[in-house]
Amino acid sequence: MTEWIRPPSLDEALAARREHPDFMLLAGGTDLMVGAIARPAPVGVIDLFGLPELSGVSRDPAGGLRLGAGTTFAALLTDDAVRTELPALWAAAREVGALQIQARATLGGNIGTSSPVGDSLPVLLALDAEVEVASSRGTRRLAYDEFCTGYRTHALGGDELIVAVHFPADIGRRVQAWRKVGTRRAQSISKVMFAASVERGADGTVTLARLAFGAVREQPIRALAGEQCLAGETPDAALAEAVAAAVLTDIAPIDDVRSTADYRRTVAGRLARRFVLSLA
Amino acid sequence: MAERPPLDRPAPDGHGGGFSRRSFLKGASSVIAAGGVAARSLEAGMTEGAEAAGAGAPVISGETEITLDINGAARKLRAEPRTTLLSALRVRLPEPLTGTKEVCDRGNCGACTVIVDGRPVYSCLQLAVDLQDKRITTVEGLGSPEDMSPVQAAFCRHDALMCGFCTPGFVMATTACLDKHGTPSEATVRHELSGNLCRCGTYPHIFEAAQTAAKSRAGGGLR
Repeated sequence: MTEWIRPPSLDEALAARREHPDFMLLAGGTDLMVGAIARPAPVGVIDLFGLPELSGVSRDPAGGLRLGAGTTFAALLTDDAVRTELPALWAAAREVGALQIQARATLGGNIGTSSPVGDSLPVLLALDAEVEVASSRGTRRLAYDEFCTGYRTHALGGDELIVAVHFPADIGRRVQAWRKVGTRRAQSISKVMFAASVERGADGTVTLARLAFGAVREQPIRALAGEQCLAGETPDAALAEAVAAAVLTDIAPIDDVRSTADYRRTVAGRLARRFVLSLA
Repeated sequence: MAERPPLDRPAPDGHGGGFSRRSFLKGASSVIAAGGVAARSLEAGMTEGAEAAGAGAPVISGETEITLDINGAARKLRAEPRTTLLSALRVRLPEPLTGTKEVCDRGNCGACTVIVDGRPVYSCLQLAVDLQDKRITTVEGLGSPEDMSPVQAAFCRHDALMCGFCTPGFVMATTACLDKHGTPSEATVRHELSGNLCRCGTYPHIFEAAQTAAKSRAGGGLR
């Protein structure tokens, strides 16, 4: 890495991105600086940490929350709107690495790295988040499950930057859940992550169901069979078993250095079952 | 060692690069990282200097002089874009500050924890060039053997160390925790120190030390 650029504004960041498509983007550096041991070194870095236009939480015109891509997990944790309307994301932010990581790691960086074990990513699926990207040509918004295209890949164009994440206006009405299972509670890379949200009718039936997992496939996924099983039903013990069985058809975990496929299947089923039981 | 000096590229004053807004810079040549699996390919894989900077964006290319605010004093040093804060402190400073320890060098163990603008961070994951407008506090900035900070004194009193190599990182993380919470619960202390590892297993004493330090600070003698 021979060159380092810190653009003072989004316009200049986009210009730098256009002129240096081969430079790596550094959001907080908590992944890039570690991955540097294993990857070919970048010729240069565009450092986006602290770029004012990418930081902070605001309300978009539709009434939903707009989280700047450069907002650190530490900043998300101190935001009242995030805590009350996006409790699943708040809980995930609290378990990303440890304090020293949360001080630098950003939501946009997590999305850009696009790892199957990115802690915030199942939450984005469970909460119907949209990713806002910008280039000198303009901006566009994609649902997160369109944005993430596979193992560590995504739909970001070579001249684009992730600028924000949007959540639906009524997201705070949903029951939300988050659970991370790792070797220890802090500073561990997840073996399985689970995020969920549901809306319920007056009679208690589930009218909308979102179940998402990380670390059980090549990318964070929604468990669509599990969701279908849950939607329209009234949660009880039998339904919990059925949903737990259904999510096993959604996932395809592998054995790796952190865990085994068997363990991940067992845990994924239990996380889904406990979530449904919590609604009963 | 935190950083192997480039073998083939001495840093003649003002020639290896510089802080500029120039649109074209030919910077560093290739570099061989000397030995060891810990040699970061970020450092090892340097190639020819990149061309053309962003439209008016601040650029650092190759080695340049930077100024860091460390423990309240402006400290000048020569650094490259790849230089971590950890190696800046331990190796690059004309008068190195080696209280901050290097252990994993990959953001896992907490031994290199310093406080930047009030928050604990891993100095091994920070680029030094990125921190020129930030307040950096290292363990040397807390106190001295003759005049210890409440946290340092409490670690001694509670025998909160065995080999001591993780201790500076724990002292910094504890200081940041008490700065933020005053008198935190043990659960808060445990959570906020969870980014620091002690392989000797002195955690119970560390948590006791944190409580003692909180009380001693609440009674005055804040640092």
